[in-house]
Amino acid sequence: MPDTIIEKILARSSGMSEVRPGQIVTSDVDMTVVIDVQFAHDRLGDVRAVHDPDKIAVVLDHAVPAPTPRDAEHGTKARDFVAKHDIDRFYDVGRHGIVHQVIAEQGLVLPGTVVCCTDSHTCAGGALNSAARGLGPLEILQMICTGQTWYRVPPTIRYELTGAKPAHVNGKDIFLAIAGAYGDATDHALEFGGPGLASVPMSDRRTIATQGAEIGADFTLFPCDDLTEAFLAEVAPDTTYVPSNADADAEYADVRTIDLSTIEPMVALPGTVINNAVPLSRLESVTIDQAFIGSCANGQLADLEVAARIVAGRRVAPGVRLIVTPASQQVYLDAVRLGYVATLVEAGAVVTNSTCGACFGYHMGVLAPGEVCVTSSTRNFRGRMGSTEAHVYMGSPATVAASALIGRIASPDELAEVAA
Amino acid sequence: MTSPLRVRGRAWVFGDEINTDDMYPGFAMKLPVPEAAQHMFDATRPGWPRLVEPGDIVVAGRNFGLGSSRACAELFVHLGISCLIAEQYNSLFHRNALNYGLPALVVPMARQLIDEGDVLAVDAAAGLLRNETRGVDHQVEPLPEFVTELIEGGGLISRLEAGGYLDRVDATSTTGGKS
Repeated sequence: MPDTIIEKILARSSGMSEVRPGQIVTSDVDMTVVIDVQFAHDRLGDVRAVHDPDKIAVVLDHAVPAPTPRDAEHGTKARDFVAKHDIDRFYDVGRHGIVHQVIAEQGLVLPGTVVCCTDSHTCAGGALNSAARGLGPLEILQMICTGQTWYRVPPTIRYELTGAKPAHVNGKDIFLAIAGAYGDATDHALEFGGPGLASVPMSDRRTIATQGAEIGADFTLFPCDDLTEAFLAEVAPDTTYVPSNADADAEYADVRTIDLSTIEPMVALPGTVINNAVPLSRLESVTIDQAFIGSCANGQLADLEVAARIVAGRRVAPGVRLIVTPASQQVYLDAVRLGYVATLVEAGAVVTNSTCGACFGYHMGVLAPGEVCVTSSTRNFRGRMGSTEAHVYMGSPATVAASALIGRIASPDELAEVAA
Repeated sequence: MTSPLRVRGRAWVFGDEINTDDMYPGFAMKLPVPEAAQHMFDATRPGWPRLVEPGDIVVAGRNFGLGSSRACAELFVHLGISCLIAEQYNSLFHRNALNYGLPALVVPMARQLIDEGDVLAVDAAAGLLRNETRGVDHQVEPLPEFVTELIEGGGLISRLEAGGYLDRVDATSTTGGKS
């Protein structure tokens, strides 16, 4: 029987010849990832023996370096945990970064594998053809102990990409166009494919896959193609993996064709991305207090490069804070070496340590009541980035950078007009 | 009425797409669970946790629990909520609820069957929902057996303890969760 991507991966991971939507399967988990906040109230310290230390990674990301003694204690517990169970893949402060970025950089996310972490944006790994998803902390604890979890095989919605992505369009714009037009995908897997996919670089695929959580998708999957193999040749040389691509006549809950050449910069209005995004060109004037570029969705090197290019030789508008958070220490280092950090700081941006920080309203740039932020991060829920009386709009790194310079939500195209 | 699958309580009715950050604000992740629970729905229903009585039931619309893996269910359990009923759940949130031992039923059209303040009696294993206030019984989709076993056994932590995977400790709060 022909399979979608998720059907293929879940069948293999559960030892079945085939699986179909609605079926409950028990899968072996290839990589279970633990993050700092899971050590907050959890019973990780009571684990007698882990199932397999080589299939566990521990990444400190949400609250590092620790802003409070309580957060500092999570680090202590994490260090004790990896020592007790001989876990080599430990990304402590200094080797850290946002978990989804780190595990991709470290070659821990491979095509055909099952990856889990207690962070809802674990679906980022779908960009690398992995059945990656976030599950609750208790389930991560169970995987650590047993090496297994269960899934209800979701039906798949396929996005067939045609045309070519315009250079100024980001994965964020593609995602917001989809979320705005089609709404939520609760209990479904999303799958991307088609002739237009070759024009979508890995950084944009990662943005799209990360944000699948925002429309309630269980998984967001890309095929393993030339771009995937090129990425993996860099981060995981000499590693074997099983490309898991959809069969030509697989059955989908729906097939939706997106002509990439028609996508324009998009903005999500505060609250949700679901049926709540508009083309930037049709947005009324929105003045801003803060502009944020970062998170697992858009804190990648490519995102910082775009931002640096736009702000180069210009200044952040008076009264606006531009905060840039690289997604990992590696991204930070690359951005320093390539001069992006200097360019951003010269323009008046604050470049912070790599952390989940401002994205979840915890530290490094939370919002006051009444403030307006335009963000390239993952989520625009009310209260997400600080005060419940703040307003969070979402756009691409290019949109955020241009907005920081102009002082209202704007396109880089407007910079020439403003300067003139 | 000793099974966690057979409960009775007043209904609190919420809307569509109730998200995790509304239930469990980011700053509350810095707090111990009992304090964090007092911040549920800070933005949209300030003061709600103080109105909850043990046994109360939370009813919601579509896409209940969109967002984070943070353990909202643990906060509900702390407040004494006995059951969730929604027209549709986000799968991550739904699994969390069941793992914390909180029955979470899918009831399409729930908000047409239940008004806020109605007294409900639920048998999650049998799929029975009785709206005592309206005097109407509804047959709903029961929880599958592997889930009812999980809940009757006290949730996933109890199962891991029983399986010898965890050292037993005095019952304290569990979890974690994230953005």
